[in-house]
Amino acid sequence: MFEREKMAELQKQYRAYEDELAAQVKKRPEVKEKFELDSGIPVKALYTPLDLEGFDYQEKLGFPGHYPFTRGVQLNMYRGRLWTMRQYAGYGTAEETNRRFRYLLEQGQTGLSVAFDLPTQIGYDSDHPLAQGEVGKVGVAIDSLEDMETLFEGIPLDKVSTSMTINAPAAILLAMYIAVAEKQGVPPEKLNGTIQNDILKEYVARGTYIFPPAPSMRLITDIFAYCSKHVPNWNTISISGYHIREAGSTAVQEVAFTLANGIAYVQAAIDAGLNVDDFAPRLSFFFNAHLNFFEEIAKFRAARRLWARIMRERFGAKNPRSWMLRFHTQTAGCSLTAQQPLVNIIRTAFEALAAVLGGTQSLHTNSYDEALALPSEQSVLIALRTQQVIGYEIGVTDTVDPLGGSYYVEKLTDEIEEKALAYIKKIDELGGAPEAIEFMQKEIQESAYRYQMEVESGKKVVIGVNRYQIKEERPKGLLKVDPAVRERQVAKLRDLKARRDNSKVERVLGELRKAAATRENLMPYFLEAVKAYATLGEICNVLRDVFGEYRQQVVL
Amino acid sequence: MSERPIRVLIAKPGLDGHDRGAKVVAQALRDAGMEVIYTGLRQTPEQIVEAAIQEDVQVVGLSCLSGAHMYLFPAVVEGLRARGAGDIIVLGGGIIPDEDIPLLKEAGVVEIFGPGTPTAEIIRFIREEVQKRAGKGESHHG
Repeated sequence: MFEREKMAELQKQYRAYEDELAAQVKKRPEVKEKFELDSGIPVKALYTPLDLEGFDYQEKLGFPGHYPFTRGVQLNMYRGRLWTMRQYAGYGTAEETNRRFRYLLEQGQTGLSVAFDLPTQIGYDSDHPLAQGEVGKVGVAIDSLEDMETLFEGIPLDKVSTSMTINAPAAILLAMYIAVAEKQGVPPEKLNGTIQNDILKEYVARGTYIFPPAPSMRLITDIFAYCSKHVPNWNTISISGYHIREAGSTAVQEVAFTLANGIAYVQAAIDAGLNVDDFAPRLSFFFNAHLNFFEEIAKFRAARRLWARIMRERFGAKNPRSWMLRFHTQTAGCSLTAQQPLVNIIRTAFEALAAVLGGTQSLHTNSYDEALALPSEQSVLIALRTQQVIGYEIGVTDTVDPLGGSYYVEKLTDEIEEKALAYIKKIDELGGAPEAIEFMQKEIQESAYRYQMEVESGKKVVIGVNRYQIKEERPKGLLKVDPAVRERQVAKLRDLKARRDNSKVERVLGELRKAAATRENLMPYFLEAVKAYATLGEICNVLRDVFGEYRQQVVL
Repeated sequence: MSERPIRVLIAKPGLDGHDRGAKVVAQALRDAGMEVIYTGLRQTPEQIVEAAIQEDVQVVGLSCLSGAHMYLFPAVVEGLRARGAGDIIVLGGGIIPDEDIPLLKEAGVVEIFGPGTPTAEIIRFIREEVQKRAGKGESHHG
């Protein structure tokens, strides 16, 4: 990239600069003793072409829309279309969440993202004893196809793309979505959206697992196989680093563990007899956008390059779409503070900007009150408007990968890639991601603890928490979920069970039980079961009987 | 009062999977010289009560970020009382709205530590509270 003679000259000048700077620092110390990223990467005062010696543009960057996609997955990125503005939403009953969805769509949101409550995510109906206190709290309660019909009432499913944060019972919720679409007259091949369907990170960091790894991986590959034939535009998985980061990992660990999980899914599908290019184009990813601006941008770029190489070189994928790492981003929930919550608007804006400069395909911006409660209508509107300002007002979308070629960003991209690769190698040595769950947990936990200690020592500044604190009143108008949601859901369930054809339910559940014990693809059985209005809990209980339940190893 | 280290059970009641805070607090208490048992995820109030009694702890720290605290925290306090272990100090953390705090305290939760609380503050609180109770009821702990 740079001529040899000029580099030698530059080297000389750089040394002189270093000496000059060292002399100055002796007299006037810098604001920090050590400049370092949480990933352990040191940050220099200045980056120059010397940091990129031997940098091969074609090999490292290439062109957007082309291997290795460092600069982005589309030829012209946001000049063609902005990212999908997709706010994660859901609480209470399907009726309430349907209202929030319609509000968000009216305000210019371009895709839906469903938050389910914990009983739904763990496959319990609202009347289950373990659901006490949890129904409708962190998301909407869905017990049966009826609730799903209400959730999407008046929202044409051929016009909107829907992301569903559902993992262990993802196949069943997808079956419900397909069934709702069918009732609306929309065929499955016209459906667009994503299911999270990433069980490995549930074991590692998020906790909504149900079944042990082997049958869970089978459910995932069943979905890959079914969708490649019947729901071709559906993103069958969203391999998620978001929750790994929220649990306390560094940026490098986020990339490494996410891609290691990705490798495990690809390998499982190949082992199940699928052709890599039949399912790989529909894999998608989900990352966190945290506070360190350049580290985050470099992280997204490094992740794209790494995945492209993994898919082409390790798995021999031939279709360029199989090489592309397409991802959703959410700003870092863990960076929000309960103190001086309006400051969260600013944090979120910077994080969102990093996601856009990193080339995200869709984005959720957190609401400023989320360290206190579920977002109110007012706070979610500001979050959405933040994306719209980035998209329409500040010009960062006019050119592709505007930070490409920055000495610092390119160097960081290389360093993150290198460190992530070392982790992936380590996980390979442990036998792959499913065997490395406790290893990943331990690594994350250490990072989380280090972070906390740095906040407490003041080494890491958190405005409002360890610096610039004020006496303040808590904000008013926080959203509170009606505790009567559970009673309403339980009444609905009772009513449904009295009305539906119970002998049919028994029959379809019996068929599912038999099929679950074989290697047959279970998707058609889930479709039959949900259409007969078998409840989510009933279906999951059949699977619990056949598959057993996962028991967490406590790592501390 | 014996010189044995303070024993603490850190527990995750309910279905919530957010255990970053619970684990960080557990580690910080351990680094401060306390004996800490962490339950792992998805514990019922009954399981937590049982573990607290089996492990003979002086303090139970409950963490919940899913909004189910109004059901789960009081259930643990009541369970402990029913088993004659009402002297165990129950603390709570997580996303707990301000207006719920007095209600939880009324139900017997001794203190709530919200987001941004330094672990040093929790350590100090536990030491003081344990000391206070040891002073009051020395016969209990010999």
